[in-house]
Amino acid sequence: MRKYNFGYFFHEGLSNMFSHGFMTFAAIGITVACLLIMGTFTLVAVNANSLLKDLEKENEILAYVQESYTPEQAKALESKLKAVSNVTSATYISREQAMEDFAKQYPEENMFQDLDPQIFRDRYAVKIENLEQLSQTVRSVKAVEGIDGVNAYEEIAGGFITVRNVATVVCVALIAILFVVSVFIISNTIKLTTFDRRDEIAIMRMVGATNGFIRWPFVYEGFMLGFLSAVIAFALQWGLYAAVARGVDTNDTLQLIHVIPFRQLWPAVGGTFTGAGILMGVGGSLSAIRKFLQV
Amino acid sequence: MIRLKDVEMEYENGTRAIQGITLSIEDGEFVFLVGPSGSGKSTIIKLLTGEVEPCAGRIMINGFSVSNISEKQIPLMRRTLGIIFQDFRLIEKKTVYDNLAFVMRAVGTAPKEIQKRIPYVLKLVGLEKKAQSYPTELSGGEQQRVAIARALVNNPNTIIADEPTGNLDPERSFELMSLLLKINELGTTVVVVTHEKDLVDRFSKRVITIDTGRVVNDGVGGYVGGSIHA
Ligand SMILES: Nc1ncnc2c1ncn2[C@@H]1O[C@H](COP(=O)(O)OP(=O)(O)OP(=O)(O)O)[C@@H](O)[C@H]1O
Ligand SMILES: [Mg+2]
Repeated sequence: MRKYNFGYFFHEGLSNMFSHGFMTFAAIGITVACLLIMGTFTLVAVNANSLLKDLEKENEILAYVQESYTPEQAKALESKLKAVSNVTSATYISREQAMEDFAKQYPEENMFQDLDPQIFRDRYAVKIENLEQLSQTVRSVKAVEGIDGVNAYEEIAGGFITVRNVATVVCVALIAILFVVSVFIISNTIKLTTFDRRDEIAIMRMVGATNGFIRWPFVYEGFMLGFLSAVIAFALQWGLYAAVARGVDTNDTLQLIHVIPFRQLWPAVGGTFTGAGILMGVGGSLSAIRKFLQV
Repeated sequence: MIRLKDVEMEYENGTRAIQGITLSIEDGEFVFLVGPSGSGKSTIIKLLTGEVEPCAGRIMINGFSVSNISEKQIPLMRRTLGIIFQDFRLIEKKTVYDNLAFVMRAVGTAPKEIQKRIPYVLKLVGLEKKAQSYPTELSGGEQQRVAIARALVNNPNTIIADEPTGNLDPERSFELMSLLLKINELGTTVVVVTHEKDLVDRFSKRVITIDTGRVVNDGVGGYVGGSIHA
């Protein structure tokens, strides 16, 4: 390809876009919507995942030893607990130790300072590897002979896992649907251009322009549609994310949730949007000209 | 150089438009292709440009074997031809100048070359003053001359014109034919399809007469039409 052709293709591609203001607007609108929905669900999933990771770091459950067990019997449970799958460690905590820890947590409360250790129970701090199997692991731990009860964040963890899984499923389904819709709309926008320019295309072909030469402006049009959509979607996503993050951070009841700052995410978001946008744009234009531009 | 050998062509609907044509046109010739409506003249042109394919026979044009040409070669073959249509097929949104520049760019000509070539060609067809006009601002004869300029601008070896005088009055038709003759004298092969008997009679050039997909007469001077059967 000669160098002066590049500017020509670019110019033709751009002028194609402006000649169909409305269709161009619709194609960009749909693609932006597609990218935004895709981005939003992915960001929710990413955040839920990071919260799960946070929880996993300190994913400790407490397993209480039966009252009737002597300290020796209780210590003997360690190996049995460790043998449960998904358990990484089990640390014995005597009732005296438990009382001290409790008192340390509330140094201001005098009435907690000299409690009778007898009201506490011997326990194990059990660390879990994978939070997704928490409830199953809890059941197995409970089933160990000599363990009386278990205290876990089962509900919190379960909530995040559900959010993440739903976000992932919705995300995949929506991306697939919207991707197809976007490619379809872009493809039709470009088909309209090829229809508008059918006389020019016929003349170009008649005088011996190569297929590549005839196609390039349309590929550029698709590229520009995709790229512009990506830029717009990125700006909107940024604004949306920042607003939601601010809302969550200032909300008291949501204190537990820590939102990943956008500045850590923007390269991935920008890269994905640009890639997906261009893929949709160029894919749309190729599907539009595939049939239309045969010799 | 154009060669057709035992060429047959059938349209998808079963119409046998060409039923065995053999003819050859040498470089630098000026040839009229005549015959009644529906006899297959336009089909021959479509065969020459590769728009339709023959179902039998061989076609050679300017060194390309059109009957078994590869897709990549078709554009190169077409660059050796300049086609003129009865309905001009100019782009109305573009000025005369841009109509010509457009087809030069389409074959990858450098901008400098385009700027040099267009004034020369416009002068040849007598439209140097109309470069910035739009096709709708021109008379029928002027539009047809733009179509000729466009066919010439890429410097083809052969000019093929399908009914170039169809919309013109006899005076303009004669002028246009004279212009094609001038172009032929500059070294370009010219093939003109027409059914204007009077016009053909005024030039003593080779006339190939087609009827129902066959060559029925081939010789210098005079429009023979279908009367050969009589
Ligand atoms: N696209 C097509 N599909 C089917 N049949 C066609 C097609 N084009 C032309 N024909 C038929 O092929 C035959 C030759 O047509 P062609 O256009 O070559 O005639 P022509 O000599 O150019 O006539 P005219 O002087 O009216 O332009 C005619 O019978 C016509 O009906
Ligand atoms: Mg015809």
